[in-house]
This record gives sequence, C-alpha cells and structure tokens, in this order.
Amino acid sequence: MATTFPRLLQRHAAERPRAPALREKEYGIWQTWSWQRALDDVRHMALGLAALGFAAGENLAIVGDNRPRLYLMFLAAQSLRGVPVPLYQDAVAAEMGHVLRQTEARFAYAEDQEQVDKLLELRAGDDVGAAPTIAHIIYDDPRGLRNYREPGLIGVNELMALGRRHEQAHPELFGQLVARVEPDDTSIILYTSGTTSRPKGVCQTHAGYIAAAEGGVAIDRLDGDDEVLSYLPPAWAGDFLFSFAQWLVAGFTINCPESADTVPIDMREIGPTYYFAPPRIFESMLTSVSIRMEDAARPKQWLYRRFMQVARRVGADILDGKPVAPGSRLLYGLGRLLIYDPLKNALGLSRIRVAYTAGAAIGPDLFRFFRSIGVNLKQLYGQTETCAYVCIQKNGEVKLDTVGPAAPGVELRITDGGEVLVRSASLLSGYYRNPQATAEVLDDEGFFHTGDAGVIDADGHLRIIDRSSDVGRLKGPQGGRDGPMFAPNYIENKLKFFPQVKEAVCFGDGRERVCAFLNIDFEAVGNWAERRGLPYTGYVDLAGKPEVLEMMKGCVEKVNAELAADEEMAATQIARFLVLHKELDPDDEELTRTRKVRRGFIAEKYRVLVDAMYDGRCEQFIETAVKFEDGRTGTVSATIRILDASTYPPVKAAA
Amino acid sequence: MNPTVAANPARPVAASVRERRIGEVILAVRDLGLRFGGIKALSGVSFDVREHEIRSIIGPNGAGKSSLLNCINGVYTPTEGSIAFRGRTFRHMDSRQVAEMGIARTFQNLALFSGMSVLDNIMAGRNLKFRSSLLLQALRVGPAEREELVHREFVEQIIDFLEIEAYRKIPVGRLPYGLQKRVDLGRALAMEPQVLLLDEPMAGMNVEEKQDMSRFILDVNEEFGTTIVLIEHDMSVVMDISDSVVVLDYGRKIGDGTPDKVRDNPEVIRAYLGGAAK
Repeated sequence: MATTFPRLLQRHAAERPRAPALREKEYGIWQTWSWQRALDDVRHMALGLAALGFAAGENLAIVGDNRPRLYLMFLAAQSLRGVPVPLYQDAVAAEMGHVLRQTEARFAYAEDQEQVDKLLELRAGDDVGAAPTIAHIIYDDPRGLRNYREPGLIGVNELMALGRRHEQAHPELFGQLVARVEPDDTSIILYTSGTTSRPKGVCQTHAGYIAAAEGGVAIDRLDGDDEVLSYLPPAWAGDFLFSFAQWLVAGFTINCPESADTVPIDMREIGPTYYFAPPRIFESMLTSVSIRMEDAARPKQWLYRRFMQVARRVGADILDGKPVAPGSRLLYGLGRLLIYDPLKNALGLSRIRVAYTAGAAIGPDLFRFFRSIGVNLKQLYGQTETCAYVCIQKNGEVKLDTVGPAAPGVELRITDGGEVLVRSASLLSGYYRNPQATAEVLDDEGFFHTGDAGVIDADGHLRIIDRSSDVGRLKGPQGGRDGPMFAPNYIENKLKFFPQVKEAVCFGDGRERVCAFLNIDFEAVGNWAERRGLPYTGYVDLAGKPEVLEMMKGCVEKVNAELAADEEMAATQIARFLVLHKELDPDDEELTRTRKVRRGFIAEKYRVLVDAMYDGRCEQFIETAVKFEDGRTGTVSATIRILDASTYPPVKAAA
Repeated sequence: MNPTVAANPARPVAASVRERRIGEVILAVRDLGLRFGGIKALSGVSFDVREHEIRSIIGPNGAGKSSLLNCINGVYTPTEGSIAFRGRTFRHMDSRQVAEMGIARTFQNLALFSGMSVLDNIMAGRNLKFRSSLLLQALRVGPAEREELVHREFVEQIIDFLEIEAYRKIPVGRLPYGLQKRVDLGRALAMEPQVLLLDEPMAGMNVEEKQDMSRFILDVNEEFGTTIVLIEHDMSVVMDISDSVVVLDYGRKIGDGTPDKVRDNPEVIRAYLGGAAK
C-alpha cells in the first residue's frame, strides 16, 4: 500500500515509541531521540511553520550538516505537503542563489551562522544572483547569531514553541494535515551535481522514494536493529536514500557525528551495521591504514603482509560462502584474530553486515581489500533521477567490474548506441520547472535515459563503461574524429586507483593522442616524501618535485601497460602528462559538489597547459585564480613541467 | 586538505550586526611604571578597559606590551602607579588572586601540558573551581565525582565552542601550533573569566588560522560577554575586531581610541613607519 514519509514516522512512533530513531553526539555524549520524541519534534516544527504561514506545495530550502533536527525538518515540511530542498552545505552563496531563485523558497532552514550569513547575503543582494524571496530563516545553532536583528530570523526552539502554542489552539491540526499528504506528492527536490550544465532540480514523490527504499531494505533484510552513521551531504540522493527513506522504511537508527572531523572516532563508537560511502571514503581508509603500516615496526609489517596475502587468496571466497580448503580456512581464522578483526575495529567496521559504495567506479584493489578482510562491501548503481536505485549487487554474486543485476522492480534496456535506459516506480516525476529537460531524459515509453554507456553481461549484470557523452574518438589517420574509442573516465579511474593520485583529467577527443592532468594526494605523497627525507614546503612545492613527478610517471606507465592489454583501449595510452600545482576544487568549479571532474571547464580554464602539452613543450608557466569560501579570490602561480610517458605496443589477445 | 585555498575562513563581520553592550570601566590602569634596573619598560601608562569591549594593545617590538599584561596579570609588580579592578585598587596581587578575581590569560609561548590530552589541559583550567579536597578528587568519590561531572560538562561546552571535538583525547604536544593556541584559549575560558588577556593569540599563524581565531575571539566576546584585552601584531586583525586600541612605544602611551582614530594618529604612524627603528 502506498504511503508517505510522515505516515511512516507516525507508524514507528505508534509501534515502537521508545526505540531510538536518531542519535547525535553532542558535548561528548550520544544524545538519543526516540521515535516518539522525533514525532513530537516534527509535529511542533510543522505547526510552527504553519503558524508562520507555510502553505501546502511550498518549498523549504534546507542547508546544513547531518543533524537530527535537519532530518526532522524534512519531515516537518513534508507533513504540510511542502517540499524540502536540501542544498550542499559547502556551496558558496552564488551557487545557492540559483536553487533558491528557481524554487522561490520563502522559508529556509540553516544549521548555523555560516549558512545564515550566506542566506542573508543572498537576500540582501540586488544583483541577478540574489534570492530576495527568502522571508523566514530558521536556524539550529544560535552561536554567533545572538546579536542578529534581521527580520524573519528565528531559532528552531522558538519555532517549536510557536508550534506548541499553535497546537493548543488547533489540537487536531497536525493529524489532519498529515492525512492530506498524498503518496504522489513531491517528497523532495534534489539538485543534480551539474557535471555538464547548470544543476537541475529532480522532483521525487513519496511513493517513488519509498519504493526504492523498500527494494534495498528487502534485499539486505534491514530492520529496526540496524545502525547507520549519517555523514554524507544531505543534499545527495544517496544520503536521502540511506539516511532518510530507508531509515523511515526499515525503522533503524541514524547516528549523526559530532563534526565532520570526528567521523572516524564516531564511527568506532557507533559501530554501524549498515554503511554507505563513495569510493573516495574507502580509499582514504585504506590510505590511512597503509600509511600507518609503513610506520609500524618490522615484525608487525611482516605479520600484516603475510596475512593480507592469505586474505587476498581466500577472504572473498569465505565471505561469499564458497568452499575453501580447511588449512586456508584455519589460517584465515588466525588472521581474523591477529589482523582483520583489529583492523576492522580500528576503522569502525566491526559490526558491518553490509556496506555499499556508489557514485563512482571503485578500484579493484580497494574493493578486494575490504571484501578480503570480511567487510561485505557491494556496489550499487543509480542516479538522482532514479532515487539512486537501479542495480544492486546481491550477497554471493558480487563481481568487480559490474554493478550487479537490475534491482527488484527495475527494468533495464540498452539502446543501439549503448546507452542504459531505466524504467521503475522510482523515476523522477520531472525536473523542477524544466519540462524541456524532462522531455529530453524521459521517453514516451517511460524509460529514463541515464546518459551512461553500458553493457549487460551473460548473468544479467550491468557493466558501466563511461558517460556516453564523454566517450569520444581520437583523431583518425585522415584527420577526422574517427580514430579509436576514447573513454576518459575509464582511464581517469584507473589513474585514481593509485593512492598517490587524487584526481586525474584526460584529454584526447579529436586529438591524435591522450594527455592527462594529475593531482597528487597531499597526504599520501607527503608521507611518501617524508619517508624518503624529501623536504617540501607545501602543496605547490611537493607537486613540482622531480622525484614526485618521476613517481607519478611510474603510475601513468602502469596504467598504460594495463590499457595496452585491452584491445579497444590500447590506442588511448597516455602520451604526456603534468601534475597540477593546485588541487582541483568544487569552489573553483573544477569539480562538482559530488567531486566529479568538469572536463570541459578544466580544459577551458587551463587552456595554456593543454596547448603546451599538445605543442610538445616541456614546461609552462601558469597563474590561476582561486576562490575562497567567503567569495574572495586570490591567485596561485607555478611553472609546471610536462613529462612524456612510455607507451606500450598493444598486447594481442592470445588466439 | 587543499593548502592553497582557505578551508573555512571566518566570515567577514558586518559592523551592523555587532551591536555591543559596552558598559562601565572594569579595569583602570593609572600612571603605571615598571623598571628593570636602569631600563624603563613602562612609564606613566594610563588607560581604561570597559566591560564587554575588545581592547587591543599594539606597538612595535619592545614597546612594553607584554610587560603591561604581566602587570595586570600579577606576574610583575609595577614600580609606580596602580591598577583598579571593578573599583578595587591594588598595587600588587599574586597571580592566583588575579585568577580568582576572574582575570584569565593566554600566553605568547603557550603554557600547556604537552603530554596531557586536550581534555585534561582544559580541565586543568577548572582547577580553581574545584571545591572538594585533593584527596577526594584523587579517589573520585562522593562530592568530588559529582563535581567533576559538572566541570566536565562545562569543559565539553568549551570544546564544542572551539570546534576541537576531534582532538579531545590527543596529547596537546602532537597537535599543530594553530590548534594548540586554540586549546590555550580553551584553558583560559575554562576559568569563566570576566576579563581575558590574550598575548599575541595569532602569532605564527597563517591567514586561515588567524581568521578562525578572530572569529573565536569575537564569539567569546559576544556569547559570554567576556571583556578582552588583546596584544597583537597583525594590524588588520586589530583594526577589524577591536572596539578601541592603546598604542605603546618605548614604554609610553602614544595613542588611544577607536581603530580609525588610532590609524590616523600622526605619532602612531611615525612609530610604526618612520621613527621606530627596531
């Protein structure tokens, strides 16, 4: 039976009023919201909003870190048939302006002074980037706001007090309002990251997101006893699925960390049973383990290496329940005692029943590492437009290079051009106020065009190759765009699988060879340099060290060797590369807020470097503007060396 | 982290929202003189600090700024003149008495227990607030345990305030300098001071750390109403956050007033740009 999020909350509060719904670590102690308290807070917030004049169908902009009140605010808006619109909390004011203008939000919820300042700035602005519609700003943390006298500014506690008074006057109102919410109402507008264009608002209904959540909950048998750590941006479709939709469907507990810096500590304390992270988080876990192992005493290093070999050999099979020789099983058991379990404990993964990664390709070594030590890490595939729910890998059927079979209730189709199409109950109802864009992605048969190029293998698993719009061709012999296929993301991902490489950007469409920009991983390369006694003063200096460039060259050449082994990709080996002097950053619009590279923008911004690479020059001076979070700008400059990498002859497939 | 781009610079503080509640004179310094043998570190320095204001003391190296703070703080005994705190005049107090009256300070060269955790360092700042005996505290029984819980709660609020939750259990010696400065501030705040003396809180910091520290100082002033006396070299910081500024040169006061007034004072300009051979 179709339902809505506020009704799910009412159900949990009725069935298990005292069970924990949310936790937040504050002042060093985990504070708990029971389902009853969660419902009470939502009721008071909703009635407070109603008292301020929030009407059905209105949008509520929400910006802040993962806090219980923030998630409850989603529910408060939904209870009034309103639509929450979460924004990325690290977005600069100008980026927020676009969303606020398009949604014409009169109400906004901001976590703290930082966010309130951005909203006030947008409200006060008189240029085209301003958002003058904001009339009411509700804030959670009053710190620093004591002396603000701006009209319409109200603390969330005052809002709830207002709601309580409103409730006394209208005791039946909340129940009536919630009963009026329809499953087909828009439950949320999530803005896409905008890899190629302006962000678009994706409207999802209650029924759609609940269907997606139910599918995932059923596959992994999630229930009220599971624990989840909520630390991903609430504006991301993945967080909305895991920390909100599945939370309300399964009734587990979500835990909000104390601050972004304390996530690893909080994770150890909570010991989540269900975990979701983009590959880069797993990557940084592995990096921190590797760094610490390199600093460990020799016997420990030996023990670690020895047992990781065992884990690599049999760990994944044991996890999948496949037959393994008793001797190996015994050795693995010893490894668990000595290495794997303590390691998992240190990472906060001891109690994990199931962990997911999504949002980008995950490196084979990384994926194998976690599975081999007994973490049931799986991949899933989806977009904001599909409620992040298209394919899910099932226990025991995990393959590295695919994202799994179609999830329950999802229909897949591959076009002749190789594009993946999806049809399910969880598709977007449309882009917000953008029927043209909606028509471009939703066809007459109700299929959503993902824009991803993929194939379905013999077992029915989907394998994603690249963004179909990114797949290009090298320059052919006659000078046209008819050379070998060029899949930039595919190559970039291979590069990024090295812990030393933070970001990579490949160019080659319509050119005779492939060139790449690389970003060092400051932590990993910094540690590497320290161990070699290589002094450096900072990022720019480290990124330009000849030794570092030499090491990066090694990485590039290893990727070339791998590409050479792949018949289709052999021609797109990286001929030349350089290491950028600054980290690619969403604040400079080089990455999206979900950290995807914006290749076209980068090519334009660093045109001198791209030209220098293709002109065969060996170094190039560049000055780049950087934008600070408060909107000020500065510059960094450097002379960047360009290196040639060896390429390999294509390996002929053994006939 | 991206080292070339500010991670979280403090937001510029709009003057309109900084509505202040500056009150009566809380600290009155009169004709203060301090001599070390033949060297006159301070002579005839007089100025007032009003409740809830941010008062900066600036001047070239060796102008006597730290000496002045040390006189207020009870570390040095002034050779001439007097200091009045809330109307009570004294010529010399020992540091403990000063602390008990509600004057706390941070140090230019940090005064932390580097082997102890952040939490313990800030707890140490609560020392004066403990009422139970040392023995009871050591055994952690009865009233001592209850007391410790109350103090821990207060310390947790400071940790939250200074955004150092992630470092609670880490020995201070292992933290970067900017964070150690923040812990030093936390230790001073743990005393719930009425007046906070900050000796170059931003020395040796990069721009981002300075901006963060400025925000913390402003927030302390606004949230707790703490009066702040600040020694600082960075003129842009001083001009941004101070309500009024005292300028010292060779132990004498050569300027006093709002940041704008001081900036235009010809004698100050000379001391900083012209005549002040350091």
